[in-house]
Amino acid sequence: MPLDPSFIGRSYPPSQPYDVSREKIREFADAIGATSPAYRDAEAAKALGHRDVIAPPTFAIVVSMKTNETVMFDPELKLDYSRVVHGDQSFTHHRPITAGDQLVSVAHIDAVTSRMGNDMITVRTEISTVDGELVTTAKSMLVVRGEDA
Amino acid sequence: MTVEVGTELPGISVRLKRDDLVRYAGASLDFNPIHWNEKTAKDVGLPDVIAHGMLTMAVASRIVAEWIGDPGAIVEYGCRFGRPVVVPNDDEGALVEVTAKVTKDFEDGTVKVNINAAFDGKSVLTGAFARVRVG
Repeated sequence: MPLDPSFIGRSYPPSQPYDVSREKIREFADAIGATSPAYRDAEAAKALGHRDVIAPPTFAIVVSMKTNETVMFDPELKLDYSRVVHGDQSFTHHRPITAGDQLVSVAHIDAVTSRMGNDMITVRTEISTVDGELVTTAKSMLVVRGEDA
Repeated sequence: MTVEVGTELPGISVRLKRDDLVRYAGASLDFNPIHWNEKTAKDVGLPDVIAHGMLTMAVASRIVAEWIGDPGAIVEYGCRFGRPVVVPNDDEGALVEVTAKVTKDFEDGTVKVNINAAFDGKSVLTGAFARVRVG
């Protein structure tokens, strides 16, 4: 059954705050083989003008995961997770995610389309500090493969 | 720093093996079994276990971070996931080769860098780009 286009424009409640830690950033940097001192050494990050170590550009996917799951498992949306493929992804960093940040994510459904038996859904997640400073905008386009696709 | 359109970034090659996929699963909390369980991958029609698209995307970002020095200068980064990176259970794994080139000066202190990540001779990320602050 195709996804319901009336979900376009729907927003979900803010997530619980995510505490960004130096250790999680280091773990993520290790997992992607990234060697930049700005991910590991607070002094090196400060020398570049950052408050503390910063996160790699795709780390926001970890921060927004819980929120995106709320969308994917929304019982009203009836999205078959077993048929989901990640279509595209983008991040706009208003500033780098930094150790010590407490971040809240809010997901919005920007688009629902159908093409050749597949459904496409675009989820925009706005990631802000608990004080309301916008940090990162993440956009994910998910493809739900049709039964015959 | 002054950056001219047409500048090619120093390329990087990254070998992804099964243990890299498990490590990324743990770090990213993406435990989808198609990234570590051969049976599940084959059951859904894949040739073998595949790398997380987000891992390939993250690995490709390194070419820009290593070139610019301050990864905080990457203000935008996006791509489409064109093809999977298939990772066999052996010592070779999958070799991802990343190249990139400055393609546009936005004239606001940022430039556009187009990124290509190839596996098995074919591009795996489509339209991958970063907008990078250089001034």
